[in-house]
Amino acid sequence: MGNNISRRDFLKITGIAGLATAGLSACSDKNTGAATPRHKSGEMTYRVNPSTGDKVSLLGYGMMRLPTMADPNAKPGGNDKDGVIQEVIDQDTVNELVDYALAHGVNYFDTSPVYCQGRSEESTGIALSRHPRDKYFIATKLSNFSPETQTYDASVAMYRNSLKNLRTDHLDYLLLHAIGGGDDSIATFNQRFIDNGVLKFLQKEREAGRIRNLGWSFHGDVKAFDHLLKMHDEGKAKWDFVQIQLNYVDWKHASEHNVNAEYLYDELAKRNIPAVIMEPLLGGRLATLADFLNARLKEQRPEESVASWAFRFAGTPQKVLTVLSGMTYKEHLVDNLNTFCPLEPCTPAELELLEDTAVRMQDYETIPCTACQYCMPCPFGLDIPGIFRHYNKCVNEGNVIASADNEGYRKARKAFLVGYDRSVPRLRQANHCIGCGQCEPHCPQNIHIPDQLHRIDKFVEQLKQS
Amino acid sequence: MLRKIRTILAVIFFAGITLLFLDFTGSVHGWLGWMAKVQFLPAVLALNVGVIVGLVILTLLLGRVYCSVICPMGVMQDVVSWVHSRSKKGKYRFGYSPAVSWLRYTVLALFIVAMIAGIGSFVALLAPYSSYGRIASNLFAPVYDWINNLFAYIAERAGSYAFYENEVWIRSIPVFVIAAVTFVVVAILAWRGGRTYCNTICPVGTVLGFLSRYSLLGIRIDKNKCNACGLCSRQCKSSCINGKEHSVDYSRCVACMDCIGTCAHGAISYGMRYGSRRNKPATADAKVNKSEAPDVGRRAFVTGLALAGGTAALKAQTGKLDGGLAVIEDKQKPERTTPIVPPGAISLRNMARHCTGCQLCVSACPNDVLRPSAGLVTLMQPESSYERGYCRPECNRCSQVCPSGAIRPITIAEKSAIQIGHAVWIRKNCIPVTEGLACGNCARHCPAGAILMVPSVPGDPESVRIPAVDTEKCIGCGACENLCPARPFSAIYVEGNEVHRDV
Repeated sequence: MGNNISRRDFLKITGIAGLATAGLSACSDKNTGAATPRHKSGEMTYRVNPSTGDKVSLLGYGMMRLPTMADPNAKPGGNDKDGVIQEVIDQDTVNELVDYALAHGVNYFDTSPVYCQGRSEESTGIALSRHPRDKYFIATKLSNFSPETQTYDASVAMYRNSLKNLRTDHLDYLLLHAIGGGDDSIATFNQRFIDNGVLKFLQKEREAGRIRNLGWSFHGDVKAFDHLLKMHDEGKAKWDFVQIQLNYVDWKHASEHNVNAEYLYDELAKRNIPAVIMEPLLGGRLATLADFLNARLKEQRPEESVASWAFRFAGTPQKVLTVLSGMTYKEHLVDNLNTFCPLEPCTPAELELLEDTAVRMQDYETIPCTACQYCMPCPFGLDIPGIFRHYNKCVNEGNVIASADNEGYRKARKAFLVGYDRSVPRLRQANHCIGCGQCEPHCPQNIHIPDQLHRIDKFVEQLKQS
Repeated sequence: MLRKIRTILAVIFFAGITLLFLDFTGSVHGWLGWMAKVQFLPAVLALNVGVIVGLVILTLLLGRVYCSVICPMGVMQDVVSWVHSRSKKGKYRFGYSPAVSWLRYTVLALFIVAMIAGIGSFVALLAPYSSYGRIASNLFAPVYDWINNLFAYIAERAGSYAFYENEVWIRSIPVFVIAAVTFVVVAILAWRGGRTYCNTICPVGTVLGFLSRYSLLGIRIDKNKCNACGLCSRQCKSSCINGKEHSVDYSRCVACMDCIGTCAHGAISYGMRYGSRRNKPATADAKVNKSEAPDVGRRAFVTGLALAGGTAALKAQTGKLDGGLAVIEDKQKPERTTPIVPPGAISLRNMARHCTGCQLCVSACPNDVLRPSAGLVTLMQPESSYERGYCRPECNRCSQVCPSGAIRPITIAEKSAIQIGHAVWIRKNCIPVTEGLACGNCARHCPAGAILMVPSVPGDPESVRIPAVDTEKCIGCGACENLCPARPFSAIYVEGNEVHRDV
């Protein structure tokens, strides 16, 4: 080519130069009196998947907490009895969020047939199919929890239905959903995927290229985790990736029956299996902490959100492929892009501060609910995550005071009781839990839901009677 | 001056009593509860001798100031009448008319007969204080609550707990209609003729009018100054001044003092009516109360337990999906053989005999338990039901607010030992039986520890457990009924006790 610059190249160069100057001017310290988004497209941190070479954005989009709105087609009076309006997914907003995310480098989208009352996959499909198929990776799951979906035919039908809902002929990432549940986690795994030949089928689909990466998500019993990795070691199965719950609390202080993320991550790293991270924010509980804990983080990085610390923690380990965040609102997305474009790994001192934060959080007896909604709907109408959310909020705000002798009891009592009626309709409060236990097996955090609800109910009774 | 004092006191009383009916936080009664207790009819029904004697003496001294100051129904009419008087057309719209004595005494006689016969609904229909109570709690309270809820809505968004929402619901449609009709009728009467209701229908007005006929102080017309222009008559909302004859019908005068300022010649004043000649005032009259009434006709509401239909319809999940809220069916009121009245009421008979149907307890109940009864004889008197809440152990508000002794004051400790009813188990509705699910929500919430969970299959401790009620311990609070997951009919419900007992 020599010195002859073709017209196309010339345009390319001037274009880039123009963009660069525009970028520079955006970066200049001009005082507009307002905060400007710090993130810029093209600065997203990417990690490479060793088995397929996929360049995956470190921020992944979780499609489990999609924005909803009141059903515009609902009949008047079609609401349920205590005025809870039936909600549908706000597709226009989903489209906008997905467009914005793609434009800023997010390319991993994680859904499941059961999310959002079963409407997440379709919504994700609608939003993504408006873009070229090679610009993003789709992850979905085989969520054959109910016994009637555990036959070969029903499971395969669920898989094919996912392809249809997602409007695609191939899945980039398919997960065996929530390994580690059930009374006997290995038996449950065998029942769901081995005995009925479903795993074999999926492996064939991978050979055929319709599944590009096969892996699983893990909650709960470590025996199942070890068992599946043993299968990998012995060559009985090859896992391209594993999805685990990882955040600065679960790293060393996983709740009862959960496994410390440090162990899970190390086991995967040893085998060079990339880790997909879920619950980096613990269902939003790490987005805000008790005041003095918030203050310590803000002191270090006053312009960054408390949530950003949790995301930086989750993105710091190098074998992490992507960190999923269920971003319901544009503000979540923008804040996360600020964190991930590019990701600044935590320094050893910062890791120490977060570990100390996790230790101190143990003093606050919050319930480790992540509001994933797997337990819902409760057949008796309770709003289980709503009750836990209110309780945890009051714990964090110091409004759960055990004894009437303590200072500020009256005020805390009022805040708890008035706030309780505001956030959860009376008919959906903890005193309606009959303890049937139908919710408990669904909880990926292994919370003893009825026990916790009864404990909260007792606390409420005590408040009311004092 | 006298008129100003009367107006100020009337406004204070009116606002205070109205607030008693509007307040749902329970904080006002401690300060203003006495305002309801000095009402005439409630005091009579409560055998509150001090108040009755006080009111009798007050009337014998000053005339019917009770009607102008203390009675909220009277003041409400004055407000309506005053609004009309502000217009040119309404200013001098009254005129003297002779008393309609036959109507006054007939109504009073019927009223006393109804009281003795225990027809509480008729008594409550005529009594001024209870009529006002119904109007305040059915018509004014919802407006107050809506305004409060607006504040609560704002407070919620401002992160404040200063206001909380209070649900607005019609507790009884018949009583709401009665309140609305009463309000409209009384308002029209007041708009046109001032105190027509007080001087023709109101039984309390008639009794007090009988006393005030002989009151020590009253309106006097100085015949030397009066030119018989009749302006005072045209300004008198009681139509009791015969300006031409210079005479006043003291049985109808409510001592409002409006006429004093009206007279252009200063001929009207308020003072000693009897001059030097002392007239011996008649002694008390309130014999009404001491009546040992015959047995109250107890309507047996025997209807047979029609708890048919509607076992909890719990749809089996097909293919578990995450999220969403299950629809909750509304509870329906079971047909109780015996109605439930709140602790402190002593017995159904005591309630029927003493209650004026003023709705003060109904508006004070923070748990949405009390509502006016729809029974013919007990119409407008309170009864308990547990579809929306239950009679909570820490609450004794209704017993504190009742001015008429229908619900006697009890302490929280006493309440925990008063059996107002007893729980009854309905096997065919019980979730452990119908669904095979472990439940025990009734036993878990029973404040008396009266429910034991026993195996449903005798001799098999592993079988799913069902509740067994110890009726000796049960106090009838309705926690079990309210919190029972079976819908629309609970699998455990409370039957009232005719006579409350200590456990």
